[in-house]
Amino acid sequence: MKLPLSWLADWVDLPAGGDARELARRLTNAGFEIEAIDVAANAFTGVVVGRIVSAERHPQADKLKMCRVVTSGGGGDSDGAGAGASAALTIVCGAANARPGLVSALARVGAVLPNGLNIGAAMLRGVESQGMLCSERELGLAESCDGIIELPADAPLGADLRAYLALDDTILEINVTPNRGDAMSVLGIAREVAALTGAALKTPARLAAIATDGAARRAAGTVSGAAIDVSLQPGAGAARFLARVLQGVDNTAVSPWWLRERLRRSGLRPISPVVDVTNYVMLELGQPMHAFDRARLHGALSARRTRAGERLRLIDGSELTLDAGTLVIADDEAPVGLAGVMGGERSAITAASTDIVFEAAWFRPAAIAGRARLHGLQTEASQRFERGVDWRGQERAMALATQLVQEIAGGTAGPVATAELPDELPRIRPVQLRSRQLQRLLGASVAAADVEQRLRALGMGVRPEKTGWSVQPPSWRFDIEIEPDLIEEVVRIGGLDSIEECPPVMAIVPRAPASSEVDERVVLRTLAARGYQEVITFGFVDPALQRQLFGQQPQVEHSALELANPIAADLAVMRSSLLPGLIAVARENLRRQQQRVRVFEIANRFLDEGKGGGLREQKMLAGLAVGSRLPEQWGVAATPADFYDLKGDVSALLALGGAGEEFLFEPAAPGYLHPGRGASIVRDGVGIGYLGELHPRLVRELGLTYAPLLFEVDYLAAFRANLAQFREVSRFPQIRRDISFTVPVDVAFAALSERVSVAAGSLLKQLSAFDVYQGKGVELGRKSIALGLILQDLSRTLTDDDADRVVQAVLRDLSSNLDARIRE
Amino acid sequence: MGELDTLTAGALAQIRDAGTVPALEDIRVRWLGRKGTLTEQLKTLGSLPAPERPTAGARINAAKSAVQSAIEQRRAELESAAIEQQLSAGAIDVTLPGRGEAQGGLHPITAARLRIEQIFRRAGFEVAEGPEIEDDFYNFEALNMPANHPARAMHDTFYLKDGRLLRTQTSTVQIRAMQRAVQTGSLPLALIAPGRVYRRDSDVSHSPMFHQVEGLYVDENVSFANLKSTLHKFMEAFFEQDLSMRLRPSYFPFTEPSAEIDISCVLCRGAGCRVCKQTGWLEIAGCGMVHPAVFKACGIDTERYTGWAFGAGIERLAMLRHGVNDLRLFFDNDLRFLASFAGGRS
Repeated sequence: MKLPLSWLADWVDLPAGGDARELARRLTNAGFEIEAIDVAANAFTGVVVGRIVSAERHPQADKLKMCRVVTSGGGGDSDGAGAGASAALTIVCGAANARPGLVSALARVGAVLPNGLNIGAAMLRGVESQGMLCSERELGLAESCDGIIELPADAPLGADLRAYLALDDTILEINVTPNRGDAMSVLGIAREVAALTGAALKTPARLAAIATDGAARRAAGTVSGAAIDVSLQPGAGAARFLARVLQGVDNTAVSPWWLRERLRRSGLRPISPVVDVTNYVMLELGQPMHAFDRARLHGALSARRTRAGERLRLIDGSELTLDAGTLVIADDEAPVGLAGVMGGERSAITAASTDIVFEAAWFRPAAIAGRARLHGLQTEASQRFERGVDWRGQERAMALATQLVQEIAGGTAGPVATAELPDELPRIRPVQLRSRQLQRLLGASVAAADVEQRLRALGMGVRPEKTGWSVQPPSWRFDIEIEPDLIEEVVRIGGLDSIEECPPVMAIVPRAPASSEVDERVVLRTLAARGYQEVITFGFVDPALQRQLFGQQPQVEHSALELANPIAADLAVMRSSLLPGLIAVARENLRRQQQRVRVFEIANRFLDEGKGGGLREQKMLAGLAVGSRLPEQWGVAATPADFYDLKGDVSALLALGGAGEEFLFEPAAPGYLHPGRGASIVRDGVGIGYLGELHPRLVRELGLTYAPLLFEVDYLAAFRANLAQFREVSRFPQIRRDISFTVPVDVAFAALSERVSVAAGSLLKQLSAFDVYQGKGVELGRKSIALGLILQDLSRTLTDDDADRVVQAVLRDLSSNLDARIRE
Repeated sequence: MGELDTLTAGALAQIRDAGTVPALEDIRVRWLGRKGTLTEQLKTLGSLPAPERPTAGARINAAKSAVQSAIEQRRAELESAAIEQQLSAGAIDVTLPGRGEAQGGLHPITAARLRIEQIFRRAGFEVAEGPEIEDDFYNFEALNMPANHPARAMHDTFYLKDGRLLRTQTSTVQIRAMQRAVQTGSLPLALIAPGRVYRRDSDVSHSPMFHQVEGLYVDENVSFANLKSTLHKFMEAFFEQDLSMRLRPSYFPFTEPSAEIDISCVLCRGAGCRVCKQTGWLEIAGCGMVHPAVFKACGIDTERYTGWAFGAGIERLAMLRHGVNDLRLFFDNDLRFLASFAGGRS
């Protein structure tokens, strides 16, 4: 909210002589964050009020005029030529509205305009111009305008324009939090300033006069002019509704400078007297108002719920079909406004309007809240109504608006019609504040006198009680419902900095760290040590990429959860796997000329479990490696990493939980992996993830040169940790025996390993494959394998005979079960 | 006996000239071997008169031992020269890089999160997690933001087609943690909940996904003074410097009283710079005393317990600590950017 300090000063004396920074600091410390401190008008000098006494066509240019301008001397009627003191200046001007008698802004020779332009005497088509007549735009007072400024005829000639228009004003941009609808006005902020500084709230002269006039008029009992009937439908959401007809208004008039300036400085554009006045009243008092064109209304006004299918075209041209039960303002025929949000087009004020109806109403916040957002309309009015408007403020707003319009545009005011539903007015109940609770919640004590003084300064009724106070919030506060609300008010005014810091005291209770899973830091560091860089990608991914990767599989687990309102088409579905994110990262980095990419991410994936199953969020670890096995270095051939490099990394990770042998790698590749180079990882009979090489088809489709290696595992299943257990170490020497044989190529190492373990029995301590070969020198369809067996016994030294027996048993078993043939 | 001296001198000269260990060995055999020249000299003793024999024998033995020690010395010289030569032939370029895998690293946001967790764990806080897809109750309603609450406008929320939503704040974890604590009778509660959150906003200073850390402390006499102290100490611990802190009253539906927390700028130490927009202050977190409506939604007795909560953006903390000048860099995942965090303190 933009607030000119000159307007605020009408209502309350400002601290520190009106120093904006000090005021900003005080308001910020009271919960009104000042987002900016701006000037009302950028700097310019040497511009004064001047009157055009004659305007003749420039002899050399049709569009230019030679104006004689005076900056002193008599009033409006005096003859410039004869009015002695200062001679008239010749100013060449191109504005269409430059005409004799017009009082405008003259930049004299030596003036400097906001854009830095230095005004000098200049020859324009052979005529010397001794200055320049200025437009609002040239002085930084408007974005655009027609012609030069038109000042009131009685503006004091020669006066400095900045002083005359009070342009040396400061504008605070205040962030009003959503709980403080009452502070969205000059009056509301003035109340806060008064409470903070102890200054009294003032009543500006105009309002003071209204109070007197109003009383006088009531006493006289004379209200002339036309009336309008108003009514309220109970339960619809409107509890007070005031309306008044003004006849014979000249809405083609222009609002006076001071009013237009206040609107402009508050961020609103002047439009016409009637509209300007409603805006002015809202900005000053916080009471939104609306004006209707009486001629376009049929009959009486009411605030009621819509009936099914009612439609309304708004001032902004949008056509709404309203839900039944929406609160609207209607005439005898149809809705004429979305209550508290925006008026309808049919009854909108135009320049031609002469008879108008002012509305000042109180709507229940709940009846307005959400309506504006539902229709995508956030208006100044809706923001105030949904946060809560003072339910006692309608009369004053109506009186101020009436007076202002009459002043500017004339007109005869009719009586104020008032409809009220007393049962539906807010009941702001007293709230108890206990001094003990105040101290307990703050951890600091506040003197009782300070508590009372601060609350009273905010307009609250404070009644001391045995344990504290009973506090009656004022009619404009909708945010004081419970004890902590009052405690906040007390510290807000006193300043949170006044609370001394005090460390909390906690019981010392030893607690076991989460022991069931591997410490996350160990997982992260292990991956980093193996050359993988962690990345963080968004939880939503490109649906096209996700479909490309997993679309071929009609698996439930990859049916995507779509966002209803994605921020971009390529971030429109929740990820069912971390792999789309990693592949996108890899592509980006390859594009950035990285030769070797090794990345991983730990994050949730989101699975739609179909009808009734709901969704599952599952923490996953996924990794991707593409490029050479090792970074480029001397003495190491640049071999591309393959499945077994990745498997080594994955196995090292899976071993962190002390249960590496519980994980089985089964040749079952999902569709996105190379069918012969992918595996499913199984623990306790349950698939917990996959690893392998990206399917060659996808490699081609994604425009990759090399096939990335990928893995993705269920984090919790992969890192469920076993307690490390002592295993006795033999004191006796070990014996190593190597065996070499061929088997059919389709015999898996897992099968060999299992047979060897069975045949070798308990003496086998370790089995390793130290050579696997297939090709020249080995019969077609077979592969050669060399195994190393390490044998050891816990209780004795093994003999050669023991070792030979084991080797024979193994070889017999392999040849009979797996068609192994010993290599000679 | 000039002959013996001549012989000895000849032997020593040969030793001096010997260029290799085998040549030296030949010389030793030639002079000191069983049939060596000097050994042969001893055999001539028998031909001398008995009284001269001891003297002559001693002289021959002295000559032998002089030759022997010359040989030993020369052998040592030759061996050490051979080793020298071997070493110089075997020298390598120690400035060539070492071999093996290069170090990867943690994402700076993860590193910052771990640092935050470590600081709070050391103070006795637990670390809690919660789901990223939430329903209206946990994200809004239980946090005292009923439908159509104006504060909802501050959250640009992503919705799924079934009405569920992506959490806009980690405050959701508060509710679950308090409900659980009530069920298991495990109050008091001191926890932080770091995690990913989502808001429908994307520009220079907003990412549609980012990270927050939520803190919650519930006990019988928890006060605002405790909150101030804990946050101040946390900020100083996180940034490893003395900081000023100030609180500005603010509004969050789930806390009352509520405040925004500013710390003195960690870069210019409050003097005013580009990062703090010349104010000397950085807005760093929001906080407040848990609203009774939130306690009620979780079944906590508001007369017995009080509590505080805070929320801060992890990206902002990490940017300030490491001097990162653009939020979006965290999610570009450019390996060159990420590599700058592979080493060093987090």
